[in-house]
Amino acid sequence: MQASDRFNINSQLEHLQAKYVGTGHADLTRFEWAVNIQRDSYASYVGHYPMLAYFAIAENESIGRERYNFMQKMLLPCGLPPEREDD
Amino acid sequence: MYLYSLTLQQPTGIICAINGSFSGGKVQEIVVARGKVLDLLRPDDNGKLQTLLSVEIFGAIRSLAQFRLTGAQKDYIVVGSDSGRIVILDYNKEKNCFDKVHQETFGKSGCRRIVPGQYLAIDPKGRAVMIGACEKQKLVYVLNRDTAARLTISSPLEAHKSHTITFSICGVDCGFDNPIFAAIELDYSEADQDPTGQAANEAQKHLTFYELDLGLNHVSRKWSEQVDNGANLLVTVPGGGDGPSGVLVCAENFVIYKNQGHPDVRAVIPRRVDLPAERGVLIVSAAMHKQKTMFFFLLQTEYGDIFKVTLDHDNDRVNELKIKYFDTIPVTSSLCVLKSGFLFASSEFGNHALYQFQAIGDDPDVEASSSTLMETEEGFQPVFFQPRKLKNLVRIDQIESLMPIMDMKIVNLFEEETPQIFSLCGRGPRSSLRILRPGLAVSEMAVSQLPGVPSAVWTVKKNVNDEFDAYIVVSFANATLVLSIGETVEEVSDSGFLDTTPSLSVSLIGDDSLMQVHPSGIRHIREDGRINEWRTPGKRTIVKVGSNRLQVVIALSGGELIYFEVDMTGQLMEVEKHEMSGDVACLDIAPVPEGRQRSRFLAVGSYDNTIRILSLDPDDCMQVLSLQSVSSPPESLLFLEVQASVGGEDGADHPASLFLNAGLQNGVLFRTVVDMNGGQLSDARSRFLGLRAPKLFSIVVRGRRAMLCLSSRPWLGYIHQGHFLLTPLSYESLEFAASFSSDQCAEGVVAVAGDALRVFTIERLGETFNETAIPLRYTPRRFVLQPKKKMVIMIESDQGAYTAEEREAAKKECFEAAGNSENGNAEQMENGEDEDDSDPLSDEQYGYPKSESGRWVSCIRVLDPRTMQTTCLLELQDNEAAFSICTVNFHDKEHGALLAVGTAKGLQFWPKKSFEAAYIHIYKFKEDGKVLELLHKTQVDGVPLALCQFQGRLLAGIGSVLRLYDLGKKRLLRKCENKLFPNSITAIHTYRDRIYVGDMQESFHYCKYRRDENQLYIFADDTVPRWLTAAQHVDFDTVAGADKFGNIYFARLSQDVSDEIEEDPTGGKIKWEQGKLNGAPNKLEEIVQFHVGDVVSCLQKASLIPGGGECIIYGTVMGSVGAMLPFTSRDDVDFFSHLEMHLRQEFPPLCGRDHMAYRSAYFPVKAGCNRWRLM
Repeated sequence: MQASDRFNINSQLEHLQAKYVGTGHADLTRFEWAVNIQRDSYASYVGHYPMLAYFAIAENESIGRERYNFMQKMLLPCGLPPEREDD
Repeated sequence: MYLYSLTLQQPTGIICAINGSFSGGKVQEIVVARGKVLDLLRPDDNGKLQTLLSVEIFGAIRSLAQFRLTGAQKDYIVVGSDSGRIVILDYNKEKNCFDKVHQETFGKSGCRRIVPGQYLAIDPKGRAVMIGACEKQKLVYVLNRDTAARLTISSPLEAHKSHTITFSICGVDCGFDNPIFAAIELDYSEADQDPTGQAANEAQKHLTFYELDLGLNHVSRKWSEQVDNGANLLVTVPGGGDGPSGVLVCAENFVIYKNQGHPDVRAVIPRRVDLPAERGVLIVSAAMHKQKTMFFFLLQTEYGDIFKVTLDHDNDRVNELKIKYFDTIPVTSSLCVLKSGFLFASSEFGNHALYQFQAIGDDPDVEASSSTLMETEEGFQPVFFQPRKLKNLVRIDQIESLMPIMDMKIVNLFEEETPQIFSLCGRGPRSSLRILRPGLAVSEMAVSQLPGVPSAVWTVKKNVNDEFDAYIVVSFANATLVLSIGETVEEVSDSGFLDTTPSLSVSLIGDDSLMQVHPSGIRHIREDGRINEWRTPGKRTIVKVGSNRLQVVIALSGGELIYFEVDMTGQLMEVEKHEMSGDVACLDIAPVPEGRQRSRFLAVGSYDNTIRILSLDPDDCMQVLSLQSVSSPPESLLFLEVQASVGGEDGADHPASLFLNAGLQNGVLFRTVVDMNGGQLSDARSRFLGLRAPKLFSIVVRGRRAMLCLSSRPWLGYIHQGHFLLTPLSYESLEFAASFSSDQCAEGVVAVAGDALRVFTIERLGETFNETAIPLRYTPRRFVLQPKKKMVIMIESDQGAYTAEEREAAKKECFEAAGNSENGNAEQMENGEDEDDSDPLSDEQYGYPKSESGRWVSCIRVLDPRTMQTTCLLELQDNEAAFSICTVNFHDKEHGALLAVGTAKGLQFWPKKSFEAAYIHIYKFKEDGKVLELLHKTQVDGVPLALCQFQGRLLAGIGSVLRLYDLGKKRLLRKCENKLFPNSITAIHTYRDRIYVGDMQESFHYCKYRRDENQLYIFADDTVPRWLTAAQHVDFDTVAGADKFGNIYFARLSQDVSDEIEEDPTGGKIKWEQGKLNGAPNKLEEIVQFHVGDVVSCLQKASLIPGGGECIIYGTVMGSVGAMLPFTSRDDVDFFSHLEMHLRQEFPPLCGRDHMAYRSAYFPVKAGCNRWRLM
């Protein structure tokens, strides 16, 4: 890699994508985008305790159970990924 | 519009709690995080929890941990928050504050997926801390001490693993070997790529050990092994000689012991008998207790049952893991076992409690063990138990918690001086209606009638060294009554006091003699019974007296002051005379400072609206040192010494300042600082207290002098956590008061009012509200007040619970079963019966049994708040639950006010929101509003989440449809509707012909109803998608709203647009047909924007003091109450924004979150200032 490559927009993007999970790119599919949004949302719910409490009241569950459910949903937040077209 | 944000009640819910010894030594303390507030609590000798310190950190605390360096005596606090920084705090006992020892930045701010702060783990030997995020990132900091024994922190070491979700982390106790951290991880990378779903099914949680190599300064993945897929929590097991090391993995239904190179030891968590089979049992909080010879764990399930877990081990081998039923308490967010034998339980919802251990669960009880674990074809054989009464724990104190506030209304229903706040709090069986009144709670100890109407009361000790008071002296218009305090309080006549004259003052003077000042003289009663009388010259009478223990000043009619001092022999000697220009209105002498012979200052109030400070020094005796003019003649004066700066617990190290307080005849309390040397007055402040001139009295609160001000209501001025507070007491108005101390009551107040003598104590210092709680059955949702009939009507609903009858039947069944001794402790049940036969298992303690999630229970309740009696309770049948309520007066006056309730049947949120049917019920009030009778029930096609009266009709938000109904004989009649709302209508407010509709996801829409064309249409909407949780109409063009993310905002329609619409004969209808940006033609502007940091569940416009300006009051899910006050002048706005700016710079928030960024967490903050605690 040449020294100038470091300032190249693509390598900068790659660096960002490696460092910050969820940074988008030109070939991002709708599904990948949605998965990211959902995971971010669940992480935010878990991080904001008042929000967890709000969900817990709505569903009449304990806050601990609600937190566990949200963490579990981070595995497949939008269901199964679609079949790849290019395969 | 600019608003000033003021928190009236700090959040009362607790997110997490840790215990340790933060002030050093053997004292056990608890640090609790209440969202944006960090508190330090300590149980006192009586087992009452005292709040020592409370700090608002302007950020969201997510995790707390405590650690202790090897050999150190005190614990440090590590805070994981949304600041993107790790902060280590040290409690400073002397200054009573948290000192920030370290603050290390590692990432972006905010609660993000990959920014650490969610989890904290500590090496049990205090050598390292790990801070983790929900996904990928984990950082390890090495903790050490430098040559000066100060705590040092290293740069972060990364233990990241991408595409991995972390469920829990904890430290592994491995003695003084390299520190190890354990984490439950789940890799999702393959599941994201595999469209067949096979990878997702096979995704397996792993328990991973990360080793910190202290020599290489490097973190490596040491060991990783599959773990049960329900794993959610890790607990450290003691090691290094104290135990087998390793971790307990809490998983759904199981607890598993795991360690590197050790086979799994697994045991099932016992299940409640009545738990539906499809529900798991999850551990939500855990605590470990370690003594020299043994250790055990307390694990609490999501249903509230606590299990004691013990490990049977020889050295490093664990042979057996036992889970024994311990007790059941309400579900907690954290459990703290204190070394002093207490258990602090911070409840998820409702009051927190402090329990004392009666036993540690050594008696036989239901037990699951790894050695008896049976695996069958359907899985592991479950173990069942039935919850029982508390056996091992006994509750000794509780802390009130309003969490969650579901709805709130402010109204003066009881016609008191200030309005009451009615709030619906709590959840399920622990819910309540709480009536909050600003003021401190008072507990009345005795009330006794006196033979006449007393004018004054004093208490005196016989000797300066006595602990308790000896006499209560009551003065009437023409007599004095002396009561002696002993086992009982009774009248005595041998006290030496003159009882045929009224008294002006009674006090202890010198070391052991008493003084009674009456209009014609001073009576000095020596300890041996000798009596010296000093008579006034001529026919002049004494009008006012001021005295301390060694000095007396009397004012004679006409304005002459005579000054006496107690000399070495205990004699009262006249020292000086001074002629004032006119009559004296009031007098006071400051108490004698420690180690001095006299106090230097005498304050004299005159009817010419002045207060003078006179010197009592022999050099310049009776010289006027300073003069202050006031707005009205002073009625009462009091010198009060206050430790103004933040002091330690005793505050002795800090110079005190002397304040002169004056109660003026116009009801104002006037306070100035007195210069200790020269007696100059400065920094005058005044505050209106009530309609009567405040009379000031010195009393003792927590061993320090405090001030009681008696105006049309009593106020108490005292020092709390280093701040001087002046708060009203929730008590009737009093005439005269004195401090009172006896065997039964160490710090009380004796007061007279009317013809009664009252003794009371003041409780729960530092609280803003005094509350009365009325228990409810299910989670309260909304309520309405009927101001005329003074009734409260509320709806309560709960998902996944059984109805009252089903619960009764189940309970009966289970007690019959218990007779067969299923738990093996029939004896205990028998004991339980004779103690409390009526309520063997209170739901408040044990929670309602869970049913399938699709089932609902709900009721409508009419309650009389004065008698706290429920006059009518209608339980809804057939899985129907109520969600909205309003009172409505229809056009035809036949029925008068009716009650409309919106309900849904079989509502489900998951997997997709669905319901079987929805209705609007119309009820008629009977028996003076006390009872409801169903008029009719109308089926509708969506869940009615909002109802509102509008022009003699009923407006209903039914799903995404706004519909106008009129009353028919058999059902409601549709009149008009608008289907253009985006999602679901959750709030409707009306004002004149405008309708302000709040949508669940899309903020506000302004509508208009055209009567002639019978048409509803939207003419303006908001541009920001807001998940609305609360709404309040402010004025014709403005509404206030709060969204799910904790923001409060005001949306306003600009004046010209509003005028245009009002003037337009079509009402903007032509324009409306055009539309703009997929919505209404006009857009609202957001004029206020403020991040509260807590989900606001209700907004209310009210004024809390009669005649005060209106403000917006909000209540939040975390149980805090706050107010937003509009500024009235530009100057105030400038002043406060500058003050806020300087405070931001000079005093940044404790946990490293930038204040401006916090207030702008979702939207840039606009037009809001907020109060800082240290002002």
